[in-house]
Amino acid sequence: MSAGANGRAGGSNPAAAVDVRRRIAERAAREIKPGTVVNLGIGVPTLVADYVPHDIGVVFQAENGMLGYGVAPLPGHEDGHLTNAGGLPVTETPGASYFDSTVAFGMIRRGRLDMTILGALQVSAHGDLANWLVPGRRVPGMGGAMELAQKARKVVALTTHTSKDGEPKIVAECTLPLTAAHCVHLIVTELAVIEVTAEGLVLREVAAGHSLEEVATLTGAPLLVPTEPGVF
Amino acid sequence: MTAGAPDAAAARTPLPARTNKVVPLAHALEYFHDGMTLMYGGFGGIGTPPTLTKALLEAGVRDLSLIGNDAGFPDVGPGPLFVNRRVRRLLASHIGSNPVAGEQMSRGELEVEFSPQGTLAERIRAGGMGLGGVLVDVGLGTVAETGKARLKLEGRTVLVEPALTAEVAIVYAAKADPLGNLVFDKTARNFNPLVAMAGDITIAEADEIVAVGELDPECIVTPGIFVDMVVQSEGIHWTWVWEQREEHP
Repeated sequence: MSAGANGRAGGSNPAAAVDVRRRIAERAAREIKPGTVVNLGIGVPTLVADYVPHDIGVVFQAENGMLGYGVAPLPGHEDGHLTNAGGLPVTETPGASYFDSTVAFGMIRRGRLDMTILGALQVSAHGDLANWLVPGRRVPGMGGAMELAQKARKVVALTTHTSKDGEPKIVAECTLPLTAAHCVHLIVTELAVIEVTAEGLVLREVAAGHSLEEVATLTGAPLLVPTEPGVF
Repeated sequence: MTAGAPDAAAARTPLPARTNKVVPLAHALEYFHDGMTLMYGGFGGIGTPPTLTKALLEAGVRDLSLIGNDAGFPDVGPGPLFVNRRVRRLLASHIGSNPVAGEQMSRGELEVEFSPQGTLAERIRAGGMGLGGVLVDVGLGTVAETGKARLKLEGRTVLVEPALTAEVAIVYAAKADPLGNLVFDKTARNFNPLVAMAGDITIAEADEIVAVGELDPECIVTPGIFVDMVVQSEGIHWTWVWEQREEHP
């Protein structure tokens, strides 16, 4: 398990918070390629599975010891011993397997995962990820996030664009303790899709109804803007 | 992390014969004592032995030094041991699902050491396999490096992560036989096969105890040699978090 963006955006309006979470998850799902093996973190990343088509051969890995989990079971058909890493009931897909925690992390460390999608507290302009500790305020622990962030072939970080207090979560340098350095490839927020490149952060897409200027103002690091960023 | 208690050990009932390790719960409880190092299987309470943790709580054992993936939820898995202040020290990968443990840590009442989850699993496996530790590059350049020795090995920088064992290890199996052979249940397997190998004394709680020969030798996950005692489970007595919610997020 890892900590992450848990829908704090949207202020005190719960409906708006849910909408923001869903919008981020829906956009992130489009990054998942057919036939790949993907691990989804806790919180908003878990919602991504709802937007991935069932017929494109994606295998979901859960670090609590399962490859090939499927959709949530129908109410009344849950099994307390068949869950994802967030503890939510899932189902088996054909070809699924169970294994212990060393095997779960062996496949991660060995680079067998095509992608992980993780929540973020901060992402830096260099792709550093902080998602497990706010000193003095929140001490959840890193869970499996260090292995996932350091070893998955592609790391997608999901976060609200700013904190509850309006502070940018995409920053020049992380001030929170790192999960892993130079690991994030892509950042998806409710406002933008941003790629981490050797030259810096590149604004790939802006959410419909929002402006380039708004995104730039709410981002705590310089953004490189192509002539025509996409819209999502 | 193991500290011997020879006098107390001498007073305990002898371990069961190697051909029948099935014992009453009361017998297993004799191996629990204040200040003990205890390792447990489970991931967010899933796969944590419910009957043994409940008995441990009811026995009033305190000052526990625990090793496990997490602190469960306040009323799930190992969680109640924290809520009832029985734990002095914890080595885990996260405690986010048990805010009570977090509060105790912040107040300095609970000593917590965090280890990346895969590293923790390998350290437990190393203890069970008779190794001194493992070499990993996970967490280099982060606070996970604190207090760890760095090695340069064939051009690669790695951290030295010491092996872990415990005085007593408790695990939750789907099925056990009297020889202690174990199979697990889906994602309730997680840390259990590793923890089973790392106890000086390992106690397995099983939902079903079957006769010798009934488990397919090809499918046994934990060979009985690692298991000292088998107790009959009374089943899950807590409510899962997803059962407490009106709707899934």
